[in-house]
Amino acid sequence: MSDRFEPVIIGFTCNWCSYRAADLAGTSRIKYPPNVRLIRLMCTGRLDPTFVLKAFSEGADGVLIAGCHPGECHYLEQNYKALRRYQLMTRTLAQFGIVPERLRLTWASAAEGARFAEEIATMVEEVRQVGPLNWPTRPVPRVEQASGGAA
Amino acid sequence: MEKVEGYVGNYTVTIKKKPRYVDEDVCTGCGICVEKCPVLVVDDKFEAGIGYRKAIYWPFAQAVPNLPVLDPDTCTYYIGGKGGCKACEKFCPTVPNSILFDQKEQRVTLNVGNIILATGWDLFDARRIPQYGYGRLANVFTNLELERMCNAAGPTGGKVVLRDGQTAPRTVAIVHCVGSRDRNYNRHCSAICCMQSLKTAHLVKERTGAEVYNFYIDIRTPGKEYDEFYQRVLDDGVHFVRGKVAEVTDIPFDPAEASRNEAGTLYVQVEDTLAGLQRRIPVDMVVLSAGLEPRRDSAAVGKTFGIACSTSGWFIEKHAKMDPIATMTEGVFVAGCAGGPKDIPASVSQGAAAAARVLNYIRQGELALEPVRASVLEEQCSGCRICNGLCPFNAISFVEERKVTEINAALCQGCGTCVAACPAGAIQGSGFSNEQVMAQIEGLLRNFAREPEVV
Repeated sequence: MSDRFEPVIIGFTCNWCSYRAADLAGTSRIKYPPNVRLIRLMCTGRLDPTFVLKAFSEGADGVLIAGCHPGECHYLEQNYKALRRYQLMTRTLAQFGIVPERLRLTWASAAEGARFAEEIATMVEEVRQVGPLNWPTRPVPRVEQASGGAA
Repeated sequence: MEKVEGYVGNYTVTIKKKPRYVDEDVCTGCGICVEKCPVLVVDDKFEAGIGYRKAIYWPFAQAVPNLPVLDPDTCTYYIGGKGGCKACEKFCPTVPNSILFDQKEQRVTLNVGNIILATGWDLFDARRIPQYGYGRLANVFTNLELERMCNAAGPTGGKVVLRDGQTAPRTVAIVHCVGSRDRNYNRHCSAICCMQSLKTAHLVKERTGAEVYNFYIDIRTPGKEYDEFYQRVLDDGVHFVRGKVAEVTDIPFDPAEASRNEAGTLYVQVEDTLAGLQRRIPVDMVVLSAGLEPRRDSAAVGKTFGIACSTSGWFIEKHAKMDPIATMTEGVFVAGCAGGPKDIPASVSQGAAAAARVLNYIRQGELALEPVRASVLEEQCSGCRICNGLCPFNAISFVEERKVTEINAALCQGCGTCVAACPAGAIQGSGFSNEQVMAQIEGLLRNFAREPEVV
């Protein structure tokens, strides 16, 4: 194992398209970097901007949002609402000093397993270039050593 | 269809009923009025513009109800200014008279439990491809025109003739994929045109003995007995040229070509991709197999029912493979070409399946819904109404008396957009609550939290 920086990325995926795309990438045995951890939402419209901030504050180096292609939302147009929120988020994050590479919005249909894998690989590479976020995290809860010994 | 309110089991549909000007309760459908009507107009609907109808007419054979309709745009009673001829009223044998010149538009309100959308398709307008000459060159026809021509009850009595109405063509070109599988117009395959072009080729060959050329990109004949029919048409001696037609023109290439052919001959310029050469085929008649398009108003209709259209414009089903009949709105189903191009057997099966699904709902009386739904904690809702405009399914309504927002569980599809939008955290998304997602984020990152580097 080299001491190359391995970023940690949280991905929010829509139940109908990108989550299925990730699934397809898996069943098709397409490889993508293991740096991404996916959280399934019913729709990218469910993505509360605080989820993104929460992920960064908990130690993520990047956040990926993946939804249905414009015009193909399962819920008509909620991915457009995600797009709107994304635009606002990038501006807010810039004010926090978070570079735009760390937040990525992408569209992937359920048939685009390979594309989704590529997208993840590109993002991991980009975040690796930017380096660790080093956002001041909350203290990591430590398990207290049981003192005094068991009876 | 003007307005839809409610939810599965309790839809209220308001329908605008245009006047027929014929009393449906009295009229017996004898047709004397149609016979006596002196006005003859081109029927651009059912006869595709190659036949005529009267100002009072049957929309088409076997229409339900099978009664005539009066067209106020062509009837002399409405456009003549002097009260018109009223021949229909004069000759109507029923008592009381069936002709109602002053019938008004009506609003009909229906209470229904389920809705099936079978809105069909629009024919691609072949005029949009000017190099094929439809509308400009007389002997360029659409598939729909040929369909009427081949019909024994159609305007030509089943004879295939040129635009002059008499001459039988000696050579006919059939151009496939007009307006479909074409990135300039529609990317989708219209599914039915190959079989329909083969049918046209077969009928033209049978009726006129003409030389028939089919210009195709690919022949797509999946389906029971379909490819067998293709083989049969090949055996008929129909020519197949693989290549997309570049141009249909009536201008000869040079004087030599002009002298070889009669005036008025059409030339089909095409690259034969199997032979690897350019061909220029003189023909008497060109038939354009215009593709299927989504209905022009399908986006608006979809919005009324809370269902989406795909990028090519067809209604999106609940699941493309596992549930191609239901939609994201409970109690609304799609059947036939409203959901995408289909041939008749597929449309019939889908229609029957949709009807069975509706019967199932009716018989059950109760409905099991997906558990993923949003709900409002009334004590936390401040009544700011930020969420009110976000729901595409009209599940969110504002209760004026209590000044809070309410979510109809039967309409909610559980996307969670309102949950994310609520500034007070008053909307709960079952299965995907803030706490649950936050816990997932924490859990996923617990082992990766790095100590901040001190600079």
